[in-house]
Amino acid sequence: MTARGRVALKTAVWLVALAPLAHLVWAWWTDGLTVNPIEYVTRELGETAIRLLLATLALTPIRLLFGVSWPITLRRLLGLFAFFYVTLHFMVWIVLDHFFDWRTMADDIAKRPWITVGVTAFLLLVPLAATSTTGMIKRLGGATWRRLHRLIYVAGVLGVLHYIWLAKKVLVQPWVYAALLATLLGIRAWTTARKLGGRWIVLGSRG
Amino acid sequence: MRLRYSDVTPEKLYLSRRELMAGALALAAVGGDAASAPAAAPAPAGAALPATPNPAYRVDDAPTKFEAASTYNNFYEFGVNKEDPARLGHTLKPRPWHVQVDGLVARPKTFDVEEILKLASLEERIYQLRCVEAWSMVIPWIGYPLSALLKQVQPRPGAKYVEFTTLKDPEQFPAQKPTFFGLGSLDWPYTEGLRLDEAMHPLTLLTVGMYGHVLPNQNGAPLRVVIPWKYGFKSAKSLVRIRVTDTEPKTAWNKAAPQEYGFYSNVNPNVDHPRWSQGTERRIGEFRRRKTLMFNGYADQVASLYTGMDLKKNY
Repeated sequence: MTARGRVALKTAVWLVALAPLAHLVWAWWTDGLTVNPIEYVTRELGETAIRLLLATLALTPIRLLFGVSWPITLRRLLGLFAFFYVTLHFMVWIVLDHFFDWRTMADDIAKRPWITVGVTAFLLLVPLAATSTTGMIKRLGGATWRRLHRLIYVAGVLGVLHYIWLAKKVLVQPWVYAALLATLLGIRAWTTARKLGGRWIVLGSRG
Repeated sequence: MRLRYSDVTPEKLYLSRRELMAGALALAAVGGDAASAPAAAPAPAGAALPATPNPAYRVDDAPTKFEAASTYNNFYEFGVNKEDPARLGHTLKPRPWHVQVDGLVARPKTFDVEEILKLASLEERIYQLRCVEAWSMVIPWIGYPLSALLKQVQPRPGAKYVEFTTLKDPEQFPAQKPTFFGLGSLDWPYTEGLRLDEAMHPLTLLTVGMYGHVLPNQNGAPLRVVIPWKYGFKSAKSLVRIRVTDTEPKTAWNKAAPQEYGFYSNVNPNVDHPRWSQGTERRIGEFRRRKTLMFNGYADQVASLYTGMDLKKNY
C-alpha cells in the first residue's frame, strides 16, 4: 500500500472511531441524551468499546482467512481507541454514576461478578495500552511483547461476559457480540491447531 | 384548598437533561456550558381527564416531567428499548376496548372501558414509581382503587389471587411478532399477579390517566394497574383480562428469569437483585443517587400485609 493510501486509511479509522463520541457530544448539546443520561452515556461508551475491541481482534482472522495483511497496520490504532472508550466508560461509572462513592463501588466490584469482570478487563488493557509504542516493543523484545499482548483475548472474553451478565436475558445484542468473539477467536485457534497438527505429523514421520 | 398537579409543579423545579449533564461535566472538571434555558415541557397529547386530587396520596418531591414519564418506558410489547414505546405507541388502538373480569367471582362480566371510567369517581394520586432497574419517577396518576372494580364482580370464598393479562395482538404490539428462536421476547401475553389482599389494598390503583390526561399508549392505555410499593413491572398495562383465582398466577418476568423476578417483587433496599444493588436509585432528573425506601416509602400502609414473611425468600 502506498504512503498516501495508509494516511487515508488511518484518517478514516480516526473518523469512524471518534464518531460515537461526537454523537454523544452532539446529543448532549442538543438535549438528546434521553431522560436517564448517565445510563445512556455509560451504555453507549461500553458498547462502542466492545465493538472496537472486536474490530481489533478481527484483523488477524482477516489475514488468516483472506491473506490480506494491510489491516494489521490498524491494530494499534483500533486497540488504543478501544482502550480510550473503555476508560471513558469506567470514568463515567466512577464520576457520574457513583460520584466517587468508593465504598459502594468497592462493594459492587467484590459482590457483582459482572462488575468484577468489567473492571478486570479494564485493568488487563492498561499494560497493553502502556506498551503499545514502538519503543516499548523494542524494549520488551518481540516475543515477550507478543505474549503480553495475548491478554487482549482475555479482556475480550471478560468484556463480552460483562455485557451478557449485566443485560436482561431476553436481550439479543450481548449474544451477538459473544458469537462474533467466538468466531474471531475460533479462527485463530483453528489455524494454530492446524499448524501444530501439521508439525506433529512431520515429527511423527521422522519418528 | 385542593391543588392539581399543574398547580404544584412550577417548571423551574424541573432539571433539564442538559442542565444535568452540564452540571455533571462541570463536576468532572471537564468544563461545560451550564448556561442553557430549559425548553418548555410539552403538554400531554391525549384528551384531558378531569379528576379530583386525593390529598391523602401525595409525594413531597416534584413530579417527574411528563415528557420524561412518557418517553422513557419499559413496555416490551413495543420493543426492548426505552424509546420504543413512545416511538411505536401509535400502533395501539385503545378504543374500542373491553376488559374481561372473571374467574372465582359471583358475577363475571366483560366491561367496556367507557363503563370502567364511570364505575367510581376518578381521583388524582401522586405516587412514586420505582423500576427494578434502579431508577424512579414521581407520577400523578388518575384512577380509582382496583377494589371498586373487584367488588362489582364479587370474589367468591376461596379466591386468593388476581391475575392481570395484557392484550396480545402483534398488529397493535409489534414486538409480539415471532422472533428468531424467541430471542428478545417474553412469553406473550404479559401476565402479572397479586395476592387478593394486595389487589384489594386501597393503594392499588386501577389507572386510566396521568398528568391530567388519559393514559398515553406507551404508558399502558387505556387501562392498567399501578401498585406503588412494588417494582414497576408488576403494574401491568393495557389490560384485557382481570381474573380472580385460587392459585398463584404465573407472571411474565418470573417465567423469563425466576431467580431474578419473584412473585412479590416488593421494593426492598435490603434484598438485592442478583446482579445489582437495590439500595439506591436514580430519580429521573436528578444527578446523585438517592436511597431506596422500604416498600418504596409505603411501608406504613403495606408492611402489615407481609407480617411474618421472609422477604428475602419471597422476593
